[in-house]
Amino acid sequence: MHDSAERAHAEASKRTFQFVWGWLLALTAVEVVLAYQRLEIKLMLTLLMTLSVVKASLIISYFMHLKYEKRSLVLLLMPAMVFVICMMFVVFPDSVRLYRQALR
Amino acid sequence: MATGHEAMSVPDAGLHGAAARDAWAGGASPFAIGSKKLGMWLFVVSDAITFSAMLIAYSYVRMASANWPMPFEFMPSIANATVMTFILLSSSLTMVMGVRASKLGNRSGVVKWLLATMLGGILFDVLHLREWLGLIDEGVRLFKNPWGNPLFGASFFGLTGLHMTHVTIGVVYLGVIAWGTSRGKYSDEDVEVSGLYWHFVDLVWMFIFPLVYLMSNKMA
Repeated sequence: MHDSAERAHAEASKRTFQFVWGWLLALTAVEVVLAYQRLEIKLMLTLLMTLSVVKASLIISYFMHLKYEKRSLVLLLMPAMVFVICMMFVVFPDSVRLYRQALR
Repeated sequence: MATGHEAMSVPDAGLHGAAARDAWAGGASPFAIGSKKLGMWLFVVSDAITFSAMLIAYSYVRMASANWPMPFEFMPSIANATVMTFILLSSSLTMVMGVRASKLGNRSGVVKWLLATMLGGILFDVLHLREWLGLIDEGVRLFKNPWGNPLFGASFFGLTGLHMTHVTIGVVYLGVIAWGTSRGKYSDEDVEVSGLYWHFVDLVWMFIFPLVYLMSNKMA
């Protein structure tokens, strides 16, 4: 594991990691600026969540190294997790109902 | 998938025929990673679902409420949470440098980078606790607060408290790995697995920060 090819890879990865870190900080700053714009709440939520998903993908792909793992591992982990999380959205129609009730 | 640098000699994902069948049939190491790393990945997925459930429960009560408090001023709350985010992201960079040092066989480098990562985690906890104490001082309790819907405290402290617990456990975990590495007890895989945990804790904050803080700033 300590051969020259591995060292070259490690050097390249150091620059990649710093680059990804810079992007994560920049996207965070964008989120903070965005939070102080007068936007409609649904648009605000969509923009903030999109940026957060981008940041999460950067962390998973590069810091957690998943971009370089076998595709079978990605398929084992990601689709089921995303599916389960999406299934939880089933509660939201009920919260809209309660909100309308609260306004009455 | 892009070119991997497989640590083990297991058939690549692009193979067909017998080799692909063997890989999918289980083989010695079907995912070309060690069992510790696979175990941590499976834990990360289940923990991601736990945090998702917490975030969705928080969003549910918030959407259902006509008087949800949005108490966070830029100074100090949003500024504080932004600094905490920068600290956590930077600790992820030091973590990944620690993993890199372990792959290069540089043990003192691993210890140095892990200590830097732990420092980031401790700083995050200190800033977070200071913020908690400030909110408690303002009269926020689990089921009571001066501003509106009484569930604000329960969802805020529950969500950020679970995350803070993860950060604290992470600091202890990295301490054990750093100590063991300095004594030659742990392999580069152990360092990498602890890194997966740390990055995941960072990742969760990427959703708590906009949903709990930014969406509740006083102007929004």
